[in-house]
Amino acid sequence: MKTFYLRELAHARAGDKGDTNNIGVIAYEAHYYPLILRSITPERVHEHFRGIVKGRITRYELPRVHAINLVMEGALGGGVTRSLSLDPHGKSYSALILTMPVEVTEDIAAELMLKGRQPIARKIEE
Amino acid sequence: MRSPRKEQSPPRTRTLRIGAGASYAGDRVEPATELAARGKLDYLVYETLAERTIALAQLERRKNPQAGYNELLADRFYSVLPHCKNNGTRVVTNMGAANPTGAAKRSAQIIRDLQLGPMKVAAVLGDDVLQYCLDNADRLKLMETGKPLSSLEGQIVSANAYLGADVIVAALRKGADIVLTGRGGDCSLFLAPMIHEFGWKQDDWDILGKGQTGADMVECGANVSGGFFADPGYKDVPELWNLGYPLLEVERDGAIVVSKLPGTGGVINRAICAEQMIYEIHDPANYITPDVVVDFTQVELEEIGPDRVRISGGRGKPRPVELKVSVGVLEGWIGEAEIIYAGLGCLERARLAEKVVRERLKIGGVNLQELRIDYIGMNALHGEASLPPKEPPYEVCLRFAGRALEKRDAVRLGNEVETLVGKGPASSSIPRKHVREVLAIYSCLIPRAAIKPRIIVTEVA
Repeated sequence: MKTFYLRELAHARAGDKGDTNNIGVIAYEAHYYPLILRSITPERVHEHFRGIVKGRITRYELPRVHAINLVMEGALGGGVTRSLSLDPHGKSYSALILTMPVEVTEDIAAELMLKGRQPIARKIEE
Repeated sequence: MRSPRKEQSPPRTRTLRIGAGASYAGDRVEPATELAARGKLDYLVYETLAERTIALAQLERRKNPQAGYNELLADRFYSVLPHCKNNGTRVVTNMGAANPTGAAKRSAQIIRDLQLGPMKVAAVLGDDVLQYCLDNADRLKLMETGKPLSSLEGQIVSANAYLGADVIVAALRKGADIVLTGRGGDCSLFLAPMIHEFGWKQDDWDILGKGQTGADMVECGANVSGGFFADPGYKDVPELWNLGYPLLEVERDGAIVVSKLPGTGGVINRAICAEQMIYEIHDPANYITPDVVVDFTQVELEEIGPDRVRISGGRGKPRPVELKVSVGVLEGWIGEAEIIYAGLGCLERARLAEKVVRERLKIGGVNLQELRIDYIGMNALHGEASLPPKEPPYEVCLRFAGRALEKRDAVRLGNEVETLVGKGPASSSIPRKHVREVLAIYSCLIPRAAIKPRIIVTEVA
């Protein structure tokens, strides 16, 4: 199994409401969607967003557009308007989610590498 | 030029074209003008109110009773209204912000200046529910904390309800060429013309759900036509500097295509439409708007031509019983300051500077509710979740931000960073500092019956 950044499989956009951030994660190809469902779980997202998300993470599925919506409570430093962050809306969290490592089947790994996408180097992978 | 508007005409059967001219207060001016000039628009919508914009506008109006509406209103209208008049395009916008009547007055003056009359300008009032909220502060619960409004320690300066499309429809029925509102649902600005033109029933949840799905696609303007999307080598956008703003082509049965003008930059494809559909929603089966609860889960996106995507499968459920209110509260001050270190050992010098400021704040007894320290270039946006750097940075920007109840404490944080030059570690930039008041936004729900919408129509000869 090879591991790639989620960025090679999906794109994302993040938005805000109060102290809640949501990230839409959309598979580039329909056959990447099962990998995303398997690897981008609320538990793993919580671990990945350490220090950022203080509350609950709920994952909604939108299979017709091969997407998930991650709703992360307590993710904006107490709320957009009170936050001390340079990114009070968490709009850059879409870039953070795309740094999640995803284990990829041999077929899809071959497909990605044909497109010039590289797996994550071992050192970071461990 | 078109003949005067017929106010009770039968429902239209032709395609309805609605342009999205803005998606925040300070948005670009010329893309909307281009849409009005070349887009064969029936309606042009400007959405300019983020959650906090309306509260800031209320503070503006307190200082100056003539102010409190969108500062770019005149810039926008001087350039766009001649095209709207020529092409029979009506304008619907929340640029009225905290002062729709002031915005209407200014608009009437612009119409006279440009000799575009006769035109009707409508101001929609009733979203300001500050008095109601203050009167019921013990009873209304904050959605964020579950506690009553009266538990807030700061001063409540504004409370604005999210009005729905119904009151805009009423203004259009009165023949308004320009409708200026304050707070409302962003999508409602787009849904109202659909309801008005097609005669959709305001309890036909499915058709409203379809319309609102289209509205949701364009309510953030260029975010669906190439904005905030580009990632070179992954998601490429042609002529990002020349984004065409989007328009909706709506049919009477709720079929919708989102497109943009030929010859403009940007892109409209399935990928960006999917991003925009999920943007700022929570449960996709229950997206709550004042007009209808929208179900996005069955939506299909289909590329039917260059920069043309068909949106189908949106559904609706009955609208919520209560309306959401944004409450603006003054909650102290935020002080910020930045200083940059460069060269060999810059990170060590920045860390020492952090230590110096922390100690100085203690020595000076500076009273901060929260202090945040970022190393810009390393972890400012994602903190400990950031990927580790491969090698030490050549330069690093050290940023301090602190929230305080008293202004003087926020000011002193900046002063302690400023005195790092000369008294802190060697070789830095000159710091920048800044203090601002915190205008926090909370939400609560109020009964629809608490709202008394009013429409004031001005006829400009």
